[in-house]
Amino acid sequence: MSSWLWRRRRNTNTNRKIKDSFYSSSYNDDASSDRNPVLSLRNLTFGYVSHRAIIENVSLQIPKGMFIGLLGPSGSGKSTLIKIVSGLLKPWSGSVEYNLSNTTYAYKRIDKRFVIGYVPQIETVDWNFPVTVREVVSMGIWDRSGISPFLSKNIVIEIDRVLDSLEIRGHEFGKRQIRELSGGEQQRIFLARALIRKPSILVLDEPVSSIDHNTREKILSILKSLSKAGLTIIMTTHDLSGIARRLPWVVCMNKKIIAEGTPSEVLTDANLLKTYGLVDHNSEGDAGDDIAV
Amino acid sequence: MALDPIILLLPFQYEFFLRAIIVSILVGGVCGLLGVYIILRGMSYIGHGMSHAVFGGAVASYIVGFNFYIGATLWAFVSAFLINEITRRNKIKPDAAIGVVTTAGFAIGVFLISTTRSYTRNFEALLFGNILGITDQDLIVILLVTIITTAFLFFFQKRLLFALFDKEAANVYGVRTAVVELLFSLVLATVVIASMNSIGVTLLAAGIVAPAISARMITSNFTKMVLSSTIMGVIIAFLGMYSSYFFDSASGSTIVLYGAAAFGISSLYAYLRKIYQRHSHGRLVHSHPHTHIEEHKHEH
Repeated sequence: MSSWLWRRRRNTNTNRKIKDSFYSSSYNDDASSDRNPVLSLRNLTFGYVSHRAIIENVSLQIPKGMFIGLLGPSGSGKSTLIKIVSGLLKPWSGSVEYNLSNTTYAYKRIDKRFVIGYVPQIETVDWNFPVTVREVVSMGIWDRSGISPFLSKNIVIEIDRVLDSLEIRGHEFGKRQIRELSGGEQQRIFLARALIRKPSILVLDEPVSSIDHNTREKILSILKSLSKAGLTIIMTTHDLSGIARRLPWVVCMNKKIIAEGTPSEVLTDANLLKTYGLVDHNSEGDAGDDIAV
Repeated sequence: MALDPIILLLPFQYEFFLRAIIVSILVGGVCGLLGVYIILRGMSYIGHGMSHAVFGGAVASYIVGFNFYIGATLWAFVSAFLINEITRRNKIKPDAAIGVVTTAGFAIGVFLISTTRSYTRNFEALLFGNILGITDQDLIVILLVTIITTAFLFFFQKRLLFALFDKEAANVYGVRTAVVELLFSLVLATVVIASMNSIGVTLLAAGIVAPAISARMITSNFTKMVLSSTIMGVIIAFLGMYSSYFFDSASGSTIVLYGAAAFGISSLYAYLRKIYQRHSHGRLVHSHPHTHIEEHKHEH
């Protein structure tokens, strides 16, 4: 009981920090009321080998400030869809539209740099690479931090502010090599790199797949706060009980969209059978705290 | 018996030696600088391979009657472009692409020598370097290449670092990684050509890699690594060149041996630092720098 209370208190503190942080102001302007789709995916089809589509006729409308979990087994096309949204892959057919400030931009024309904040799978990072925490976060603003390879004082202050808002003390950890931090801190460095760009859409590929329970709670709490502040979040996960059931909106996919809606609507035996080929027997009892947005 | 200080200054009275010292310092510095990006790209053998590929271009340009620098540069650019494209477009790793493209270039050079038998130029100088035979033209080329390389790495550092560390995210955030990588390969090709006469085809790889891996052993900070690799490159080249006068040895091989010694010393330093930083948390014994100002939170 006491540990639950402690966790709640800590999460509340995190939320307050996020609310007070510099980037919340970028998102909270009539965030909750604006439910027009900020991102529209229409009939997307893509594959890595010709005539073998990984995703087929995927259509989604994602409103501003929505926190969405893409749920599906390995190879279901979640990461591929994330990469198409991020502009890393070009779909065979279909369209991607970003609706920003009531202006709709076609997939080809918009400069994706100012729209997407991308957090990669943590397993893909080379932790032995000789970069410090500040160097990694500064990559997020490589195009507006000046020509010189050295970070100016103002940029360092900006980086430390983002790190501080994610509860990583910038002045203390900023000069450390990324390997010297704990798993949760490492994940938050990449979140900081995405947030420092002040993106409209935050895309995360399995952000909580290989981290411990407490760290996972912390990351989810941060994401929840960002979503409340108006940032649209798309996250892939294959964790059905620990994460998917606690998200406000879930999209089940396996090559195609199988179902979308609130977890209680979507995570039914029939849909899970279609998505995973199995039925989740942990559906009741261990869902934990819901993330209501 | 005291050492006469005049003896130590003796090499500097010769103009050719002064020129050789300047060239080796420039080449050592620029190779050290470039080497950091090369080893972090996992392409340590690109210098070795590229210098072999250029050998083919050097021979071909001699036979055709082209200027060495123009012929070799064109050849090197084509090789760099091919390596880059093969790696980018196919499922082939860089080491395999380097192996195929560069040995083919070298083979073309050997083939041309064996069939035409008109190549009378001393190609030992290309293979092992002839820093004492540096001409004014060579000096100007090396100076220009040093300036271009330093400017490129200064202005493209952020893009290069981002592309090296996380290519996917770099693409999302607007870095044109394919263009950056191609430009880097072209700059490397010019450095290889400019350095061939001084250090030689066969020894150039060590000149590029040794300072960078030595710097990697002593620091985990990218900026510090770049600076220390460049400084080490300069010191190694100077010491190698300078002592080759007294040893009466080949300058290229002496520079490379100093590079190997620098790596040995920095490895020893890294090992001793690891022992110094070793500590335990219960049954867990490990080594890394950190301050115990809060609970130990590292995952192992």
